[in-house]
Amino acid sequence: MAKYLKNDDLGQWLAELGTEYKIHAPVQEGRSIAFRPLTQDKILRIDRHATIGPKEILFPACEELMHFSYEKDTDNPGREKIRVQPADNAVPTLIFGSRPCDARGFDVFDGAFTQCAVKDNYYAARREQAVVVSIACTRTENTCFCNWVGGSPDGTNGSDVLLTPIQDGFVVQPVTEKGETLLQKGSLLTGAAPDQVREAEQLRAAACASLPEAPDFKCMPEQLYNLFDNMDFWEKQSAKCISCGACTYLCPTCHCFNITDERNGNEGERLRSWDNCMSRQFTQEASGHNPRPEKAYRLKNRVGHKFCYFPDLHEGHIACVGCGRCIKSCPVSLDIRQVVTSAKECHLPAEETDNE
Amino acid sequence: MMLDQLKETIKTALPELDFVMGWTTGYDPLHATPLYMYEPDDVDQLIWGPLNVHNLAVHLPALRHKKVGIVVKGCDSRSVVELLQENLIDRENVVIFGAPCNGVVDMTKIRKAVPDAHFARSVETADNSLTITTDKDTHTLSLAEVMADKCTRCRFPNAVEADHFVGEKRIPAVETDPYADLESFESQGFAERRDFWMAEMDRCIRCYACRNACPLCVCRDHCVAQSREPHWVSQRDGVRDKFMFQVIHAIHMAGRCTECGECERACPMDIPVLLLKRKLGNVIHDLFDYDAGLDAEARPPLLAFKLEEDSIKEKDW
Ligand code: SF4
Ligand code: SF4
Ligand code: SF4
Ligand code: SF4
Ligand code: SF4
Repeated sequence: MAKYLKNDDLGQWLAELGTEYKIHAPVQEGRSIAFRPLTQDKILRIDRHATIGPKEILFPACEELMHFSYEKDTDNPGREKIRVQPADNAVPTLIFGSRPCDARGFDVFDGAFTQCAVKDNYYAARREQAVVVSIACTRTENTCFCNWVGGSPDGTNGSDVLLTPIQDGFVVQPVTEKGETLLQKGSLLTGAAPDQVREAEQLRAAACASLPEAPDFKCMPEQLYNLFDNMDFWEKQSAKCISCGACTYLCPTCHCFNITDERNGNEGERLRSWDNCMSRQFTQEASGHNPRPEKAYRLKNRVGHKFCYFPDLHEGHIACVGCGRCIKSCPVSLDIRQVVTSAKECHLPAEETDNE
Repeated sequence: MMLDQLKETIKTALPELDFVMGWTTGYDPLHATPLYMYEPDDVDQLIWGPLNVHNLAVHLPALRHKKVGIVVKGCDSRSVVELLQENLIDRENVVIFGAPCNGVVDMTKIRKAVPDAHFARSVETADNSLTITTDKDTHTLSLAEVMADKCTRCRFPNAVEADHFVGEKRIPAVETDPYADLESFESQGFAERRDFWMAEMDRCIRCYACRNACPLCVCRDHCVAQSREPHWVSQRDGVRDKFMFQVIHAIHMAGRCTECGECERACPMDIPVLLLKRKLGNVIHDLFDYDAGLDAEARPPLLAFKLEEDSIKEKDW
């Protein structure tokens, strides 16, 4: 059942939920918008896409996996004992104000971190305790292409509740059981009137219609495998890239990390921090060999992972949600849509296709 | 028209070159993107004007084994000169195409003036203004209002080194850098300045776009910030760790940085990191009376050893 929340009551509703959850929401921070724990002094910004999505709430840019310490083994003076204290940082969390594309990014994380042979307990514990309240997009940016990769401006994958902004408030719809439970809390939601629901539906339909027509990407895994050794193609596509990795750090689906032990004297932490395939060190091997020596190989991997290897492993799900951040924030405006479209349209020389 | 002349000049030179780098319209009418011109047809896509924000010199060191052309604004040409000075590129392998520059926009200022800039449908540029039409309305901005700060104090709008210069040379905005921005920042107390940097750096995501966009960040792939063996810099993401990297970057740039502003422009989190480099540029200027990237034969002061510096009279102390 759809509910309704007045604009004026939003702050109060969040304050009520705040007694039970740690609330993260997009706020103005300097010249950017980022997800931060919501406090009185912060300015909530839900009128546009955040500069960086909510991914770091469930997958922190840097987290302590464990604390360790060394001490002398008194029974055996030649040896040291190690004490290890694993970290557990999960608390009930409400992610408020993500966009449907951002929330869908958590679907990709779930695939990688909770549904594979090895489960990532750190991520899983946080995901378990998180409720995701998303806001449907009623106006799409030039960089938005969620509809190309299976999403939509009003998509609900990865969200527990979906809000649609209408004239004076929001139409509030539960998506999951977690969402249902959440909506039973707080005193400010009322039942939505039929014309409010209709208004929301119309706004969402208009947003969906405003996006450019979606190409069919079903052939992409095969096409990208075919292009694997075509370095001429990848060199041209990556020519303007500066290999900075900003695209991956802002991406709601990129989830690669590095692990380092940071030891100070006899104490230390094992840290997990974001890493990215656009950086040379990512694949640097101890022998000195680097299988991805240049940016062309690295861009191939980024696009390949999203549109080929990941779908291959996860029932066709593309690991890109079309949020457009990698386009918008790329220092050289490299457009992943254009790379994928070029890959799709690239016809291989006849003899190579015959060689199968 | 100047642009047509520039295109002709590039087309004439192209057969001798692997490609020429310039700019074209990007994913929307407000964003230009680097253009690689391999064939004469590619040259037709070239644009020139206030949206050509990128400094293409960043690509040159990796293209050392090729013979390439590059279109430069005045400030970009200083990066090319600095690369030549440091022996990171070979003069005979680079063909420089210059044209008079009237300044480029700062996207951050545009987004401030037109919060709906990401919905731009069309953009028209005139000599002194920019008209942006979005899905909802039309905004006309004066170029002065949204121009990159570096352009308001530009001393070298015409390439300082070029094989082909097209168009009439422009008169520079100023003769010496006023460093007024720095002065006003430094007029604040220590605590205020520290708080400013802690707040700004807090949202740094350690992506290193600032580093990779810098044409003179030469260690790039072997950067101390990411080296694992030895492990110089912590991977923690506290604000001190992030600031530490900015300080490293700024120090490594002292006397080499041309203040092209790419580090700041590239930052996805809009952190004003150029200010740190301006500080060091100012110090180098005062100490050594030196400006980076003006003379291909000169040696940056911190890359040279002199028993006694002209401006540092140790023996008189
Ligand atoms: S943000 Fe752009 S330039 Fe940087 S690595 Fe990604 S595609 Fe390359
Ligand atoms: S690849 Fe780009 S468009 Fe796709 S989800 Fe990542 S940042 Fe968004
Ligand atoms: S600093 Fe000068 S040369 Fe560079 S873009 Fe601005 S006006 Fe042009
Ligand atoms: S540090 Fe910044 S301003 Fe200086 S040369 Fe590098 S990118 Fe340009
Ligand atoms: S580009 Fe910005 S966010 Fe990225 S490392 Fe540099 S200062 Fe930090």
